[in-house]
Amino acid sequence: MTNKPKKILILGSSALKIGEAGEFDYSGSQAIKALKEEGIYTVLINPNIATIQTSEYLADKVYLLPVNVEFVTKIIQKEKPDAILISFGGQTALNCGMELHEKGILNKYNVKILGSPIKTVIDTEDREKFKKNLDSINVKVAKSKAVTSIQDAIKTSEELGFPVLIRIAFALGGLGSGVCRNKNEVEKLASKALSYTSQILVEEYLEGWKEIEYEVVRDKYDNCITVCNMENFDPMGIHTGESIVVAPSQTLTNHEYHKLREIAIKVIRHFGIIGECNIQYALDKNSDDYRVIEVNARLSRSSALASKATGYPLAFVAAKLAIGYGLYELKNNVTKTTPAFFEPALDYCVIKIPRWDLKKFRNVSKRIGSSMKSVGEVMAIGRKFEEALQKAVRMLDIGANGVVCNDKKFQFDDIELFLKEPGEERLFVIAQAFENGYSVEQIHELTNINKWFLHKIKNIVNHKRLLEIDQRVTKDSLLHAKKLGFSDLQIAKAINKNEEDIRQIRVYENIHPSALQIDTLAAEYPAKTNYLYLTYNASHDDLSKDDKLNPIIILGSGPYRIGSSVEFDWCCVNAGRFLRKYGEKSVMINCNPETVSTDYDEFDFLFFEELTLETVEEIYRKLNARGVIISMGGQVPNNLAVPLNKRGITILGTSPDKIDLAENRSKFSSLLDKLNIEQPEWSVLSTVEEALRFANSIGYPVLVRPSYVLSGAAMGVASNDQELITFLQKAVELSKEFPTVISKFLENAKELEFDGVASNGKIVKYAISEHVENAGVHSGDATLVLPPQRTYLETIRQIKKTSEKIAEALSINGPFNIQFIAKQNNVKVIECNLRASRSFPFVSKTIKDNFIETAVKIILDKPFDTSETSLFEYDYVAVKAPEFSFTRLEGADPTTGVEMASTGEVACFGDDFNEAFLKALISVGYKFPIKSVLISSGTIESKAELLETSRILTKLGIKFYATPGTAKFMINNNITVEKVNWPSQKKKPNVIDLIKSKGVDLVINIPKSFQEDELTNDYMVRRLAVDYKIPLITNRQLAMRLAEALEKYDDDFLQVKSWEEYTEIRSPNSELESI
Amino acid sequence: MVGYPETLTDPSYTGQILVLTFPLIGNYGIEKEIEINSTFFESIGIKISGLIISDYSNDFSHWNAFNPLSRWMEKYNIPGLCEVDTRELTKLIRENGTMLGKIELDTDPIDFFNPDTINLFEKVATKDVVEYGKGKTILLYDCGCKENIVRNIVSRGYKVKRVPWNYDYKQTDFDAVLFSNGPGNPEMYHDLVNTAKEIITLGKPILGICMGHQIVSLAAGAKTYKMKYGHRSQNQPVINKKNNRCFVTSQNHGFAVDTQTLPKEWDVWFENLNDKTNEGIIHKELPIMSVQFHPEAAPGPVDTEFIFDEFLSKIK
Repeated sequence: MTNKPKKILILGSSALKIGEAGEFDYSGSQAIKALKEEGIYTVLINPNIATIQTSEYLADKVYLLPVNVEFVTKIIQKEKPDAILISFGGQTALNCGMELHEKGILNKYNVKILGSPIKTVIDTEDREKFKKNLDSINVKVAKSKAVTSIQDAIKTSEELGFPVLIRIAFALGGLGSGVCRNKNEVEKLASKALSYTSQILVEEYLEGWKEIEYEVVRDKYDNCITVCNMENFDPMGIHTGESIVVAPSQTLTNHEYHKLREIAIKVIRHFGIIGECNIQYALDKNSDDYRVIEVNARLSRSSALASKATGYPLAFVAAKLAIGYGLYELKNNVTKTTPAFFEPALDYCVIKIPRWDLKKFRNVSKRIGSSMKSVGEVMAIGRKFEEALQKAVRMLDIGANGVVCNDKKFQFDDIELFLKEPGEERLFVIAQAFENGYSVEQIHELTNINKWFLHKIKNIVNHKRLLEIDQRVTKDSLLHAKKLGFSDLQIAKAINKNEEDIRQIRVYENIHPSALQIDTLAAEYPAKTNYLYLTYNASHDDLSKDDKLNPIIILGSGPYRIGSSVEFDWCCVNAGRFLRKYGEKSVMINCNPETVSTDYDEFDFLFFEELTLETVEEIYRKLNARGVIISMGGQVPNNLAVPLNKRGITILGTSPDKIDLAENRSKFSSLLDKLNIEQPEWSVLSTVEEALRFANSIGYPVLVRPSYVLSGAAMGVASNDQELITFLQKAVELSKEFPTVISKFLENAKELEFDGVASNGKIVKYAISEHVENAGVHSGDATLVLPPQRTYLETIRQIKKTSEKIAEALSINGPFNIQFIAKQNNVKVIECNLRASRSFPFVSKTIKDNFIETAVKIILDKPFDTSETSLFEYDYVAVKAPEFSFTRLEGADPTTGVEMASTGEVACFGDDFNEAFLKALISVGYKFPIKSVLISSGTIESKAELLETSRILTKLGIKFYATPGTAKFMINNNITVEKVNWPSQKKKPNVIDLIKSKGVDLVINIPKSFQEDELTNDYMVRRLAVDYKIPLITNRQLAMRLAEALEKYDDDFLQVKSWEEYTEIRSPNSELESI
Repeated sequence: MVGYPETLTDPSYTGQILVLTFPLIGNYGIEKEIEINSTFFESIGIKISGLIISDYSNDFSHWNAFNPLSRWMEKYNIPGLCEVDTRELTKLIRENGTMLGKIELDTDPIDFFNPDTINLFEKVATKDVVEYGKGKTILLYDCGCKENIVRNIVSRGYKVKRVPWNYDYKQTDFDAVLFSNGPGNPEMYHDLVNTAKEIITLGKPILGICMGHQIVSLAAGAKTYKMKYGHRSQNQPVINKKNNRCFVTSQNHGFAVDTQTLPKEWDVWFENLNDKTNEGIIHKELPIMSVQFHPEAAPGPVDTEFIFDEFLSKIK
């Protein structure tokens, strides 16, 4: 290799959002590893502090700064890199890269784009150019036309014939696209889409066609391979991010497979892609006619999936190709002897299922379609389709035991409608349809799902019926059930026994799964790989005796969802690295393809498997493991602590009975009482009458929630009897199975997070972060500040003392987190988790002291040091801000509350709060300076409180628009404001026109109550702001802090300093450097 | 992972029990067999002696499918086993090489049969001279030729004269010669090697494919040897040693050409990227070339169809 770049800038994908999630932490981390191996100096820009790629042992320099042209330009000026990678950070990085190119910045500073040339990127992203290019090589694309007006959109639709698909060029995850079946629908969608972009695409809609993808790799010598192909279970019309995806394709013949493969290579050669790309096809279900849907000239969600599905490290290889290697010059990382120029052979089948969290949002449509709404995904591996499918369903962690044998939550009334209009429940609906006597043909007619897939689901239903009729299991029927992916619990449900009974029969019959390797070559060559899965469709084990070296198992976090995301992956990966550092064998069990923890080079063994009691126990026994760490992967493994322990499995760290004590609300509450620690008044309720009586005795508002929750599912706040009754009626399903709890909701109180690590009940590391928002905003949606800026010293002292008492009482041995609420130096405990929390990467990276390292040392009983740094010794402030994906969740009310709604986070540093805060806001999409604001300031107290904020903003020359009530209040207080009418007033000037014409830079809309279920004026304003991409603030404290920060803002206020520049004084060398 | 109809009808597999590594088989059924075989079949009728797979789909789904795989196998009286740990079997075969196998019922024991003891060409190759297409004539020595070789040449505007493996080339006029793929051990076919030696001296373009490659190599004076791990898959990577271009190829062979024994008038053309075994040779002066892999694919990637263009372009 000659002429390798010396210094490379890598753009990350910023906060996790719908359409751009953890897969880009995987691809970025791989790219950095690949470049480091070459001795290239790497500079990473990514404000997503929870990622692995922003760890100190990866990039040489990390900028926790916004991935936008302004900041990247300044970093280029400062760092003078000779090249830039824009294809490893999703659409965010790609768009930023294209803009840098268009503005001539890359040319000006002589920064070379590595990988695919910029022309390639533009030709694949711009729909018209894309189409022209493919036409020129006689490759078919869907008939379409780019239009710039609603009139043209309608005209083109009529030409193409309905239904048509409307799409936006340069969009991630199919944003703003949709199917239109008539003129009206085109008008509606086109007007919305045209608000994001000047050009939209009207396309023939290939209803019912199969959707197929290929992952293609090309080097600069024009050598091409297709690493993997994938087939969507769902037909065209459902976004691939919303589809169940199967790898390799299952219903294609050799002729079809290779026809599409050949076209893929032809297309990729034509565009001159260097590195990795993804090509999507529609394939007619009644002929071999096809259309190319799109080409993504970058690493994508599909490429992450393909990497995990095949064992082929696509991102790593793509990075090497970008700096000039040929595919034949690189090694296959699995075999270590054969080259990277090969196409993996699979001897298993892989299924991906997306995970949605739509129930967390009010008013959002629960139907799935051409734009992406899912927040995470799981991947399951099996040697039968049925096996992989049922595993995948369990991995989703949505309470389903598999495709069948579920409780009535998975039973639906209107089967026909749900078959026709798919939602996340479609698999269960199909199973139910079979039970109700529908035929494969009927279901196919209604769903357009390929009959082969439907037959497989039918096989599962049939075997369940057989078990039900028998009401017992024989060795044969049990083995057959296991081969079809039934869990012990599912079998138990079918024959009215309990899980333990089935497990005992299974153990007696010696039926255990085999551990097989993902070896990329289907066992044709010997391979020493540590990447494994379990299957009942094998009679041998690929593990040898030498592999059973008493390892320690770490349980991963499962699919990303609202409330559990990349932050827990950071904890898991770090725990694994430190285990290896201290000479322990580490095993990861996880099932999320968008993670770094499922990179097989991070652990001694990787089991791509279910995080269920049954599976974890099988792996534990198979490996003769020493113990299981359940405190790194969030709530999923935490919930397994007690059941695993009951089966005699060693849980490392804090003891499971103490975990139970902290998780069980009544037990924990009694403990607090015993320790004289205050908590908001609460009670368990079972009837509405009791609830009303209790609520009135403690006074409204009250918080209502079930126990064992994460991210506030089914939580709500009620301000009066009527609201409480309404809420309880909604949650009645919940109160039957779980105790539902009512507690006093404190208003105008501060919330603080205590993250710590303790050894035998003594705290050895801790950090206290403060919420910018007052209590009432879920901690996952809150803006966090470290060190605290607006908290009394006395409050901090009380928090520390209380934490010490709790740590001692629970004999905590490892990571933990306590949430506090404070009002005038009165501190109360809200919640305590005896595991690493969401904010662990944030605090560890802010104070540059890896809490996971200490936790691992304690768990292994190794010596550790204690931190005695005071919270006041930092010369800088870090602010963590949430990223919401409301734009994608059509109809959702974009407010924050006790239910968590954010999908990701960023954190930025500054010399003071204001600087860090503004940087963090820019990172999640705010744009400064602001020239005009639309304000609706809520209740009268809120209006009064925001008066000062309005004065500051006025002083800054910002023009105010306000809705009638707010306008009146402001005028009365001598603030100049232009009144605009509410949407319902249908009078001009109207809020709707103001937002649609993008007449304001910021919308401040403070909700008047905690629950706004109806489509109120306020809701419409908030929704419009989100739909028209105008920054929206719905929290009073945020609005106040923003105004104060803007007072300080000017061009030079936001400094371009790397993470190391802020923290290097604190920690000169990192312990992980040597691993 | 795809291509069971093509593989089961590939004459190179004659006499063999085939184990498929991809576990899910039968998914897209079998298309209707018609007199003139379609692109989905490599010869008329199933050529393997038995099939072993993991998971069988009797319920198939494809617009072009006519029968489930099992019914087609019944028609040709070919036994099949499913629900077998084919990965374990693959590892066994990988470590021990291809071995004798039998599929028997407990009640009806049978003896092993070794297909290498008979002339398999006799069994699978044409016994008559058959002509296809129009144009300059390619004399195709059929050792058990896959139909897609014929289709590839005819579609390029040439005439194929398909002859038995023991055909006397002096009986006819031709412009080029192709030695096809076929089953068995190359060392068993001395007569064909001698024929190839004579044809080489004519200076006309020659192409060898798979078995044909080994015939041409033996005729050139090189030796072949049995490989530790045979190549039996659709994802074999090869590199053109002349320009470092790489291709993914379809292969099915257990013997390889020993390049150490290759006379100096010949160059190594292709090499396997995985184990560096020979994948093709080319004569330094004469228009003679041969490849170990299957440029006609079927099943497998069509990356190397250009071999046909290269071969045909040598015809004057």
